[in-house]
Amino acid sequence: MISSPTQFLQIQDLKLHFRALKGIVRAVDGVDFELATNRAVVILGESGCGKTSLSKALLRLLPRNVEKYEGKVYLQGSDVMAFDDEEFRHNVRWLGISLVPQAAMNSLNPVMKVGDQVAEPALIHLGLTKTEAMSLVQKMFQHVGVPRDFVDRYPFELSGGMRQRIALAMALVTSPSLIVLDEPTSALDLLTQANIMNVLKRIKRELGTSFILITHDIATSSELADEVAIMYAGQIVETGHAKDFFPAPLHPYSQMLMASVPRLRSDSDPMFITGQPPSLLNPPKGCRFAARCPFRMEKCSEEPPVIQKDHRKVKCWLYS
Amino acid sequence: MNTLRASVQRLLDYPSAVLGMLVVLLLVFTAIYAMIKIPYSEAIRMWRGGEEVWYQNPKFAPPAWINLFARSKFSESFSVRTSDGTMEKVAEPADENTTTYTMTYNFDFQYDMYPQEMILYVTSEFKEKQPFISIEWLTPDERKIRIANSAIGQEFTYRFSQDEKLKTRLKSKDVIPVLFSLPEENKPLKGKYQLLVTGTTFEAGSNINVEFVFHGQVYGLAGTDHARRDLVVPLLWGAPVALAFGLIASLGTAILTLIISALGAWYGGWVDELIQRITEINLILPFLSILILIGTFYSRSIWVILGATIALSIFSGAIKSYRATFVQLKESMYIEAARAYGASSSRIVFLYLIPRMIPLLIPGLVLSVPSFVFLEAGLAVLGLGDPVLPTWGKMIDDANRNGALFRGYYYWILEPTVLLMITGLGFAMLGFALDRIFNPKLRGL
Repeated sequence: MISSPTQFLQIQDLKLHFRALKGIVRAVDGVDFELATNRAVVILGESGCGKTSLSKALLRLLPRNVEKYEGKVYLQGSDVMAFDDEEFRHNVRWLGISLVPQAAMNSLNPVMKVGDQVAEPALIHLGLTKTEAMSLVQKMFQHVGVPRDFVDRYPFELSGGMRQRIALAMALVTSPSLIVLDEPTSALDLLTQANIMNVLKRIKRELGTSFILITHDIATSSELADEVAIMYAGQIVETGHAKDFFPAPLHPYSQMLMASVPRLRSDSDPMFITGQPPSLLNPPKGCRFAARCPFRMEKCSEEPPVIQKDHRKVKCWLYS
Repeated sequence: MNTLRASVQRLLDYPSAVLGMLVVLLLVFTAIYAMIKIPYSEAIRMWRGGEEVWYQNPKFAPPAWINLFARSKFSESFSVRTSDGTMEKVAEPADENTTTYTMTYNFDFQYDMYPQEMILYVTSEFKEKQPFISIEWLTPDERKIRIANSAIGQEFTYRFSQDEKLKTRLKSKDVIPVLFSLPEENKPLKGKYQLLVTGTTFEAGSNINVEFVFHGQVYGLAGTDHARRDLVVPLLWGAPVALAFGLIASLGTAILTLIISALGAWYGGWVDELIQRITEINLILPFLSILILIGTFYSRSIWVILGATIALSIFSGAIKSYRATFVQLKESMYIEAARAYGASSSRIVFLYLIPRMIPLLIPGLVLSVPSFVFLEAGLAVLGLGDPVLPTWGKMIDDANRNGALFRGYYYWILEPTVLLMITGLGFAMLGFALDRIFNPKLRGL
């Protein structure tokens, strides 16, 4: 199971549990996956499956009520989980991994000009002077398609799409090797979504950045994704190359998830999955999807193995 | 910078703010003027000085301007001396040893009240033979009254009202009214009076100088107190002291409270817990009693009291209300984003959290200045005023101790009180306008 960290990003058995009133919420419960340089992985899953918690675990943005935070994360060969908080802040945040948080357009400081806002990470991490930082900011604005003179605007003066681009510019300003995008296109209209996806593709091509794209918007994500990881109840149940995955998902959950996407020019109704995802407070033993799975077997009450199939991995008894 | 200019611009739209700013500016200029005109050491010397500094002034004299409102005019105090030429002095050598000095002072007396006292201070230089002086008094009706003849030492003080010989000669226990009225009449005679002092020295190189001190009923711009001190000194010096105390206390308290509550809210855990518990303890501590204890047992220096005031005011209820806002701000998306991009805690606290509270802080800050000024005055009235510094509160305290109100020296209390009220009014008018500018919800309600 433990392999040498040769990949650009390697996550092994990452866990993030929270304390809540009713017990322990296992939001991220043993996530494994790998990512190569200049690749984009899309993490798909329904709401509440732990996608955002995974992004927080990666950047160690922990709330106060953390019960358990463990696992191995190797970024370009270094074990970032071993860093103390200050090392992590200096070396990993924004130099290694930067984040476009969920609803990023609302994550701008309302009393700061967006130019100053975008310059902040550069001032903190690159040790630039204010003038140098501002010229870098203008370059970044150009990258994401925001007019240069917008640096003097306040967030409330800009549209949602503009603010989303600004958040993206902020993530890019220190040229990190990996950007985590948490639902970068939700709450945007289709044209803006397409626009942002194009910006991301161009950045990937021009700057060689890797992406972790967290979303439940399967259609949009397929634009950018090289790889797909399906998350269910705090675990990754399937990973694989996008070109293999989208035509033929392996895991029953993946299949049903793909079937729920409405299709153009088809008479069939979009499918939905009966039942609720299990509570992360007290996940069932064995396969967590078993209760909703049409292919349920007796074996499913035991922890399913991770099956390697070509370049794909799937966590299901069906393929054993 | 632009925002600041815009704020000031908007401030000018409020007449009350303009008036308030004028008052505050006036106070600031008064304070600067006081410090330039009467340097600190000089102010202390004057304020702490006794008879030797203030012998020229009458006691308990109201300010001269009350004559504007009085039907019968009070006599104004003055003093003149030959040494600086305000009193005329003519030397007339009789022979090589003897010299006669004729020293005269003419003055116009146009008042309806007799003066309190007249004193002549004579200084002379001689080796062995004592000089001799004679004092005469010329009234407007051209009577010449002989006051006294005496051989004098190096220093000689002659008090008109206390000379027994003069009392006998004028057949009156109270000689001043006799000198200032027609015979058999009991009202002041207006007109030109002359004091004539003739001195004779009997050695070569001798000299005589006199100083004539006239204690009227009223004195100067602000009057005098029980120790004959000119009340202009504490009134002027009260301004810098009050402003320094009020501004330092209010700025110090507000800024420290803000920083501490921000740090508590940001770090949470035991830091927050500790700050909250200290605040709760501090809230039930009797503020005034502690200040009185410090004043009684440790020091009454205004700086010690200022420090204690700030220390006791930091952990005030404001910590709780700031904390409530900070806890909310701390959870906002942009703070989480700031954590994500690696902003340090100090950067988040000082650059992102605290600036959000500044608009709420400024009006409160301005409004709390007068309350600290009043506190300083109140402490002085409780006997905790700085023993060295001349302040408005100290003046009220002195007046209170000397029974100013039931003895009718209302000016003594009114002057500092009016200044305190104007200070409060100025800051209040400015503060309320600032409040309306920084909290737009208050506008037009």
